[in-house]
Amino acid sequence: MKKANGRVFKYGDNVDTDVIIPARYLNSSDPAELATHCMEDIDKDFIKNVKKGDIMVANKNFGCGSSREHAPIAIKAAGVDCVIAETFARIFYRNAINIGLPIIECPEAAKEIANGDQVEIDFDSGIIKDITTGKEYQGQAFPEFMQKIIAAEGLVNYINAGK
Amino acid sequence: MGMTMTQKILAAHAGLESVVAGQLIEADLDLVLGNDITSPVAIHEMEKMKVDGVFHKDKIALVPDHFVPNKDIKSAEHCKCVREFARKNEITNYFEVGEMGIEHALLPEKGLTVAGDVIIGADSHTCTYGALGAFSTGVGSTDMAAGMATGKAWFKVPSAIKFVLTGKPAKWVSGKDVILHIIGMIGVDGALYKSMEFVGDGIANLSMDDRFTIANMAIEAGGKNGIFPVDDLAIAYMKEHSTREFKAYTADPDAVYDEEYTIDLSTLRPTIAFPHLPENTKTIDEIKEDIAIDQVVIGSCTNGRLDDLRIAAEVLKGRHIKKGMRCIVIPATQAIYMQAMEEGLLKIFIEAGAVVSTPTCGPCLGGYMGILAEGERCVSTTNRNFVGRMGHVNSEIYLASPAVAAASAVTGKISCPCQLD
Repeated sequence: MKKANGRVFKYGDNVDTDVIIPARYLNSSDPAELATHCMEDIDKDFIKNVKKGDIMVANKNFGCGSSREHAPIAIKAAGVDCVIAETFARIFYRNAINIGLPIIECPEAAKEIANGDQVEIDFDSGIIKDITTGKEYQGQAFPEFMQKIIAAEGLVNYINAGK
Repeated sequence: MGMTMTQKILAAHAGLESVVAGQLIEADLDLVLGNDITSPVAIHEMEKMKVDGVFHKDKIALVPDHFVPNKDIKSAEHCKCVREFARKNEITNYFEVGEMGIEHALLPEKGLTVAGDVIIGADSHTCTYGALGAFSTGVGSTDMAAGMATGKAWFKVPSAIKFVLTGKPAKWVSGKDVILHIIGMIGVDGALYKSMEFVGDGIANLSMDDRFTIANMAIEAGGKNGIFPVDDLAIAYMKEHSTREFKAYTADPDAVYDEEYTIDLSTLRPTIAFPHLPENTKTIDEIKEDIAIDQVVIGSCTNGRLDDLRIAAEVLKGRHIKKGMRCIVIPATQAIYMQAMEEGLLKIFIEAGAVVSTPTCGPCLGGYMGILAEGERCVSTTNRNFVGRMGHVNSEIYLASPAVAAASAVTGKISCPCQLD
């Protein structure tokens, strides 16, 4: 799998899917349109500042609440290449894998990496490197079938490729 | 090694003798659910799959309920997409406006969910059906699409937390207080990736509507599912509503639990979750200051059932909501609406100065039908009080039972019925 390398947007505990993409925008399912409102209720500057390849880091229970797949879709369409968190809510975890947004659980990295740090992630090994501080962390590497789903850009392509 | 209720249901649906926590399995699905927000994304994904159609036209339920009757043109387009898909695939359980209700109140009422089922739904509150002894869990749209196409889904077998409920709740204490108490105790990620299994002789003192409320909010503790044993009350409910065969599973005596809690229901007090997380709970006795409110919502998949409306009406009968307050009552299904009408509950609400809406998720997720302005506060019987959930990013939601919500509408501040008069 490819590596990710980008600047970090850092958030706290229990970032819920209502703040990732508020329901008032769920009358659309267009990824580009959803991305324009991503995170706006807790960080209105996120969408102005995020660049393709950037990384989101948060503490525990990221993506809790609603099962809306629009949440990882919005994050991915905003340009984010990976989300690192201490823990993820389980529906968000499934959804992110299913749409091909890489996510990694790594409590140490989630605690220590600071907003604005430059971070590199090797998905094959699960190694997260904070280039700004020089510190390395061992995140959970994906099981092989999840790597294949992400490499195929989602579950549907993965299923189709197997037929 | 012994299995939990959840593990037994999953093993049976995976064609396995036994399973253990952490095992990855593929299970057959009895029902796949979607609504007007999640289904269009799932339909779009399914169209990309190389499949001829759905796996079983009777085992898919499509319920437009979030933004219906259509709140705007974009929502109307989403509903049209779901309607056309249902027609093309001859989906038996598509519920049009007029037949629909809030999905998690509607499906048990229609007899589509019974004990022993494995159910996925592209809505996080799909865990509600655990009240009947089913394994049901929320998923996203892609999982829904794969489920509709194949009739299967993969799961990591969850470990479990056991909640032993004893005793009888006091007057004005209901299922909502039980689950808010539990979330306050273990936190919004206290059951992350796990089953919440409820047992104990106190369950006999909880109505089916109480149990639906409790199972419904398992997700607010991060749970994969919540599940109750199948007792006489649950069997009577299923026999009244469904013609389907059901299967009751009980946990093995040596089933392994990560944690165990005993809760004496008789000690619980009316409980309120303060902004902006369901775990920020206080009992009514712990609230020392007056918290003035602007709006009350009584409804949702959590608390829009008949018991809930009866309790609210008991509080509001012969009383009037405070001048300047808005109180919005939303019966969760057409059948509940009709029964509430026949029992005279709707008359009580209207005479008290409340409005009664057609079934919709509407205000719960900040869709429509009761959006909050900047600085406004709402006491709501819904399930989430996240930042901006019901409207403006600087508005506040206090989660409570129908009893507390109705009493608060009368006084204009957070109150318990025991504090009226």
